[in-house]
Order: sequence, then structure tokens, then C-alpha cells
Amino acid sequence: MLTIKRYVRAQSLEEAYTLCQKRANVVLGGMLWLKTQNRTVDTAIDLSDLGLDAIEETPEAFRIGAMVTLRQLEQHDGLAALTQGAMAESVRPIVGVQFRNLATLGGSLYGRFGFSDLLTLFLVLDAKVELYHGGTVPLADYAARPYERDILTHIVVPRQPGRVAYRAQRNISTDFPVLTCAVAVRSDGVRCAIGARPMKARLYTGDPALLTGGITPESAAAFGESIAAEASFGGNLRAGADYRRAICPVLVRRALLACKEEE
Amino acid sequence: MEIQLKLNGRPVRDSIDADTLLIDFVRAHGCASVKRGCETSNCGLCTVLLDGKPVLSCSVLAARADGHEVQTLEGLQAEAEEFVAFIADQGAEQCGFCNPGYVMNTIALLRENPDPTDDEIRAYLAGNLCRCSGYEGQLRGIRAFLSARNQAKEGQDRG
Repeated sequence: MLTIKRYVRAQSLEEAYTLCQKRANVVLGGMLWLKTQNRTVDTAIDLSDLGLDAIEETPEAFRIGAMVTLRQLEQHDGLAALTQGAMAESVRPIVGVQFRNLATLGGSLYGRFGFSDLLTLFLVLDAKVELYHGGTVPLADYAARPYERDILTHIVVPRQPGRVAYRAQRNISTDFPVLTCAVAVRSDGVRCAIGARPMKARLYTGDPALLTGGITPESAAAFGESIAAEASFGGNLRAGADYRRAICPVLVRRALLACKEEE
Repeated sequence: MEIQLKLNGRPVRDSIDADTLLIDFVRAHGCASVKRGCETSNCGLCTVLLDGKPVLSCSVLAARADGHEVQTLEGLQAEAEEFVAFIADQGAEQCGFCNPGYVMNTIALLRENPDPTDDEIRAYLAGNLCRCSGYEGQLRGIRAFLSARNQAKEGQDRG
């Protein structure tokens, strides 16, 4: 059961930052994961009044507020165009519309949850996170860090030419994923992230030489095998490590071929 | 702490604990249609509209709704009446426990997408669990409502 002693709707980032320095205080995202925990929170810090719920577009990038919901990401035309629909595909199986109207991008990335579909996708988008005190940090570095007591304010996704595809395996629709895979194909190479291993998502290089002759069913399959050989997997209630290792090359191949088809 | 919000069109002010959930707040103010189900943000039973958007009231602090507008089935009877009989006609209501959540989310669906396809209906209502009927009855009911509504509209246009 979640117990909250005090609720504060912060009126400035400085106020939120100061409050979150205390270990017993928690910054609220969508509150969905927090709600399932058995813990006592001294002060729940709500960022709802800080204007972090907008997606700003510039010629160079999308700057996404940490309180932007999964549903906003799903319905955003600019992000759909940037990712060829992969943004919506990554969040659509997450529980239901009501859940996605609450869950936030900031919550999903700050939590660095193993099951995070969005962490997987945003890694291949070369996203950076903006921290109130910590400055701008590449998401790949941020994801590898231990939790810190800073406020994640924005996520910046550069506009880059290229193709993006997202694939995930679930035992049943709307459940946590068994494995997630995002691929971006750009002029400077291929980026591939694997998540829900069940450990948190991370980027893998695989053997890029396998794709120098282009993306074909054979080269995509071979590249997928190289990713699966590099990645580490574990077991949980949803699947074992061997099963995840077996489906990893399949998801990578499908994502690569989807990028190829979209060209 | 004290909060003030608009519940089904009327202003409500009350003193709450910091961890009072919106589901408990609206039920305490007479909205018994909002049911407690899984309490893990998965079943859709507790769906309310917060500033017009469907959300899970079991996972929203009442304090977060301070200054906002909340609607439950009690305030949306007329909008629900348009289609609930079609769902009942298909035998989709067995125990009926999931029904208020379904109706609330269907209202949100039809506001957002007045003429959805079957796949769009399935996708939008994926967050509403029903352990009795297997979902086909609800789908047939909404489809029957849309067909009847569209036929009536065509008739009016011709007339």
C-alpha cells in the first residue's frame, strides 16, 4: 500500500529540486508504478504546474516535457513522421488509453524500468535528457547511471534523416513485454536497442559489417544473430533467458526489414 | 489539505488526506458508478473523465484533480443512453460489474472518433477488462449502435 503524508504541487523547478533532495520524498510522474509499491512517501512532489506537458518543435529537434503522457506521444503527428509510426507502435500495447493518459515519458525514462518500451525506442533516436541541475546528458549514459536526486525536465530528440522501426513480443496484448527491439537505419549506420531482457534497454552494435552489402532477409537475420550473441538476457515470470535469446534475432530482423520496406 | 474541483458540472470543495485517491473522493461524493477493481491500473473499471480525458481514478491522487473537471457516469447519463441499450441487446452485460468503465471509455472513444472501425474500437477499449463476455458482445453492441445511428443520419439527409 502506498502512503503519502504530504502533497506539494511545486511552483518552480527549484522548489521541486529542493524538496526531492530528501530521500523520503518522491517526484510524481504518472504515479502508476509508484501506486503498486508498498511504501511510505513523506512528500509527493507534483510537477503538473511547471509546463512540462508540451512537445516543442524546432527545425533541429523535438523537445518533449517530462510530463508529456504516452498518449500525447502516440498521437503526435511530428513524432509519427520522424519515426514512421514507431512512436505510436511502441506505446499502443501499454495497458489502455486511460493508462496512457496518465503515464509520462519522464516517469518511464527516469525509472529506467526494464520493461520500458519507450527507453528502448528513445535510445535509437539518439535522445538526450535535460536535468535541472545535471545539464544535458545522452540518454544512453543516463540509462546506465544510478538514480540521482535531480529533476528530469525534458527529453530532446534530434531530427535526423533515416528510418526507424519498433518491434516487441508480448505473451498477451497489453501485458509487459517479453522483449523489445528498436532499430534506426541512418547514413552513418544502424543503431539497435534491446530492452525487457528483462534488464533495462541498452544499445548494441552487433556486427555492422554484415549490413555493408545492404539490408536483405539474409543480412538482417545474420545481424540479428550478432546482436543476440552480444546481448545479455535473463529470466522472469514472463520468459526465460533462452527464449529471449531465441526471439531477439527475429525481432531485429523484422525491424531491419521494416526499415528497408519503408525506404 | 483542501481541494476544489468540478464534479459532474457542480463545484465541490472538501478536505482530504494527501494520499486520497480520486476514486475514493468521487465515491464519497455520491458517484457509486466508479468501481474499485484491480487497483493495479489494469482493469479500467474506475474510469472517469479528467478534463475530458479518460483516466484510471484508482491511480490519480484527488489532490492532482484540484482545480480540474471530473466527470463520472452519473453526469453523463444522456450521452450514455444513446448506446447502452445496444450493448445490453447483445448480451454483453452479464455480471455488469465492468459496465460503467466500459461506458465511460466508450463515451471518450466516440467523442474522439465518432465513427471508429472495429479495430479502432478494440484498440481504444483494450484497457477495459471483462471476465464474463469475451468482449465480442461489447464490440457487436457498439457496432450496432453506429450502424443504427448512421442509417438514421442517412435517412435524415435523404428526407
